[in-house]
Amino acid sequence: MPKDGSEVVSLDGQGKPMWLVLELTYRCPLKCVWCNNPLDFDQYADKELSTSEWKRILREGRELGALQLGFSGGEPMLRDDIEELVEEAERLGYYTNLITSGVGLTPERLKKLKEVGLKQIQLSLQSAERALTDRLVGARAHDLKLEVAKRIKAEGFPMVLNVPVFRQNIDQVEEILALAEDIGVDYLEFANIQYYNWALLNRDELLPTREQLERAEAAVNRARERLGGKMTIYFVIPDYFETRPKACMNGWGTIHLTIAPDGAALPCQEVRVIEGLEFPTVREHSLQWLWDESPLFQKFRGDTWMAEPCRTCDEKEKDFGGCRCQAFLLTGDAANTDPACAKSPHHHVIEMAVSRASKPHEPKPLIPRFAGAAAGAGR
Amino acid sequence: MSEQLTFKPEDKPALSPMFLLRWEKTQDAHVLLYPEGVIKLNGSAAEILKRCNGETTVAGMVDELKALFVDIGAGEIETGINKFLETAHAKGWIRSR
Repeated sequence: MPKDGSEVVSLDGQGKPMWLVLELTYRCPLKCVWCNNPLDFDQYADKELSTSEWKRILREGRELGALQLGFSGGEPMLRDDIEELVEEAERLGYYTNLITSGVGLTPERLKKLKEVGLKQIQLSLQSAERALTDRLVGARAHDLKLEVAKRIKAEGFPMVLNVPVFRQNIDQVEEILALAEDIGVDYLEFANIQYYNWALLNRDELLPTREQLERAEAAVNRARERLGGKMTIYFVIPDYFETRPKACMNGWGTIHLTIAPDGAALPCQEVRVIEGLEFPTVREHSLQWLWDESPLFQKFRGDTWMAEPCRTCDEKEKDFGGCRCQAFLLTGDAANTDPACAKSPHHHVIEMAVSRASKPHEPKPLIPRFAGAAAGAGR
Repeated sequence: MSEQLTFKPEDKPALSPMFLLRWEKTQDAHVLLYPEGVIKLNGSAAEILKRCNGETTVAGMVDELKALFVDIGAGEIETGINKFLETAHAKGWIRSR
């Protein structure tokens, strides 16, 4: 998601997919309970695009005006062609970002990635405490992540440390800040998780309380004052606690293009949660057709699809009616106003979720990402 | 907010290593690229940032831009440069060296 909307907006209006994210694989050694991959992630392993197919996307994307490129997943390091793809992307003139859990980012591969010109690495970390990280991601990953973080800095990469935030770790903001400062992180991003797929399954246990959020934000503000320009700290507030929705993807099909492991071209990474849409792939179509002409990308582009209260709302240019996936998941119709908006007639579903999660209750066990879940979840 | 730093004429601002400045044909403009972000620059911003190389002084920039933008008054150029450097510094694009 773009971090600095005001500046990115200046690039709008030209209809170019400036942000290209390649989800190289949904495979991952971790089992995070907030994973944003589809519940049926295990159905894609044998459909993954080949190296030459990814290279074709890189070329076509650049012709369409893509500039920022994210290699994501799943865990992208599980692909053994990532170095080759970064090299090709650099040759084509992208700004290359690697988004990784750190697992598989060995010293040798890191060195090679530096050699082929990778620009920056976004590493995820879930807590300041070994036992908690390991429990949340379902693997012994904490020590490895710290080791990888130090290696990334030693190789001279700019680094974003991405901390997904939820009830279990939100009270550790200060400890995580100290850890990041110690490592020499350039950008620290506290990203309150968004509730789709696995996170939605576990929402009652993951949503923080408003008090927790306020404390965390205060800690972030104190750190910003103390650190000045030394480290840039982002704190992404969860839309569940706002009265206006997020400007999701800066508008459907305006700047963002995701390619899923099977080659489906998507306006956002979560969009397959919306039922009744078709998801054509780069195997059958050119990227240009998918972006400019496919029914999927036209579906919610612009504002002609909007119903009330969005249609006549004076803020529709600002937030584009919020998130289509959230509208579908929580109201049953993707064309509805995102219920995170207080003007939505469905806003109570958000308020109820927050209130239910904040009340003392018997904790439910967290459901880790696991293969074969799609049938069990009723999909 | 950290204290605003005003660049002195002898200072040599440098682009932060976190940022990459380059010409982008598809935008017909210079762009500033950084982790997960893109900033499209207008002509004068690009001319200033190109000179944030750690070697050119602010005074040198003023002279060079005066020669480049002959239609604009000298005072206006100097004020414009200083104002832009302040903004660029506040945004973390450049450092003082």
